[in-house]
Amino acid sequence: MFKTTSKIFSQFILISGVLLMIVPIWIIFASSTHSNSVIQSDGMQWFVGDQFTKNYDQVLNKKGGFSEEITATKLFLNSFIMAIGIATLTIITSLMAAYTIVYFRFKFAVPLFWVIFITLLVPLELRIMPSYQIVSDLHLINTYTGLILPLSASAIATLFFRQFYLSIPDELLEAAKLDGVNSWKFFIDFLLPLSKTMIAAMFIFMFVYGYNQYLWPIIMTTSEKYWTVIMGMKIIFMANTVERFAYIILSMMPPVFIIIFLQRWFIQGLFQSK
Amino acid sequence: MKKVQFNSYFTQYFFVAPQLIIILIFLYLPIVQTFTDAFTIQDPFGFGRYFAGFDNFTFVLSDPAYLTALRFTLIFIFVITFFSCSIGLLLAVQANNVIHGKSAYKTLLIWPYAIAPAVVGVTANYFFSERLGLLYSFFHNLWGFDWYDNVHDAYIYVFIAASWKQISANFIFFLAGLQNIQKSIIEASVIDCKSSFRRFWTITFPLLMPTTFFLIIINITYAFFDTLGIIDTTTIGAPSGETKTLVFKAYIDGFRGLDLGSAGAQSIIMMLIVLVITVFQFRFIEGRIHYN
Repeated sequence: MFKTTSKIFSQFILISGVLLMIVPIWIIFASSTHSNSVIQSDGMQWFVGDQFTKNYDQVLNKKGGFSEEITATKLFLNSFIMAIGIATLTIITSLMAAYTIVYFRFKFAVPLFWVIFITLLVPLELRIMPSYQIVSDLHLINTYTGLILPLSASAIATLFFRQFYLSIPDELLEAAKLDGVNSWKFFIDFLLPLSKTMIAAMFIFMFVYGYNQYLWPIIMTTSEKYWTVIMGMKIIFMANTVERFAYIILSMMPPVFIIIFLQRWFIQGLFQSK
Repeated sequence: MKKVQFNSYFTQYFFVAPQLIIILIFLYLPIVQTFTDAFTIQDPFGFGRYFAGFDNFTFVLSDPAYLTALRFTLIFIFVITFFSCSIGLLLAVQANNVIHGKSAYKTLLIWPYAIAPAVVGVTANYFFSERLGLLYSFFHNLWGFDWYDNVHDAYIYVFIAASWKQISANFIFFLAGLQNIQKSIIEASVIDCKSSFRRFWTITFPLLMPTTFFLIIINITYAFFDTLGIIDTTTIGAPSGETKTLVFKAYIDGFRGLDLGSAGAQSIIMMLIVLVITVFQFRFIEGRIHYN
């Protein structure tokens, strides 16, 4: 009897939690499928209307911006390039740096670890003006490189991979050394395959991080050819409220779907290394 | 470090070089620049720059607007951490408790983690707009809610928006933490103590301490830095600067106001705050908690 009450209580709390998460987004979605005049006269909607195709097609394909040449599809493309660029670059450089820190008799291993660790204290938000200065001195304003590089100067992944390497038994390297495996082969044939889950988890993490960047693209891009989806939030060029609703829904879809469908990889990788 | 290691001069530098170069150019160089900015004053037309000692710091710290932002940031950090941590923990405990639909609940509760703060802000903006907002009219009918004019109502607005997004991150980590606790400990405690409520606070919660402290740091960092996108898309500091966080203020002063000296000094003050929090975590907390 007591047990059943407790299970019903749990279900009740969980369902309330799920509703708390879903209802706001559902209302935005439902409202995005009505015509603008319905929203203007009756307010936000709880049920789906009949303007879905029209509104979403408008948002994705209508030309906007100052030059009237940019579509939201182009912004999505830019966001993907930026997010995949940040994720790939961060992961490759971090896998390599962590390899030196853990597997080499490296004179500067300890100072190097601190040089990398300190970066955690200084996220981009704290160095945004000087970063802009440097990127502009390097003529990287309005380039994908400029969007990607400063955000790849992050050590989270390095510490994460370091932690994982340390958890690999020493015997692996001993055995490999007996077989005459050199440092390159060990990295490529032994460590990389072992790190697959971690790499997947980090990729998802960094992709979401890169895709969701807001401030840096605003500051970095003066040409709308390099605008991204999330910064487009602020500089919205949608004509009316329903199109803005549709834009909100579209903009959150890529990272949300990645988290939902690759959830297993993400959670496994994040917690396996602990 | 490993007992057996490679000993190759060239390779070790090769592997560490890419990350080191990126970090030096895009992280350490800007930090050096920040210090230069903070200790100099530049005339607004960019013709000259002279050493100013701590002038920028005294200017910032004696500015009432800065102290308002500091106070708001501290309240903001506390409220977000408290609400998103406790709701996240509550949901994780229940999700760990049920048998039916466990993985469905997990999926349904973690996806908001992936939504950008700026998108959360724009969404919240509609719920709190005077004309369309459901929450605006709900609160307005209750006590005349009006965030455009009333500071406390503006607080409520940004608190709700910022905490909502962070619940799922707390949920994920608490659930993982709960699943890491050994079953035998929980089973043994069931024999000793009948009340599941007491069992939670005396056995499970202390075992979750490492997760909790980790999450407190995560939430502080989130409230400090990541909420810039939320503030910039919701109140933008309304009614009149009371809902500016420190990071948001530094951005506005530096980028919109072009006051590099003040922005630099503000950045350094924030670096010190983050440093203190981190040292506090490593020195003070890590030694006092139970690990399984």
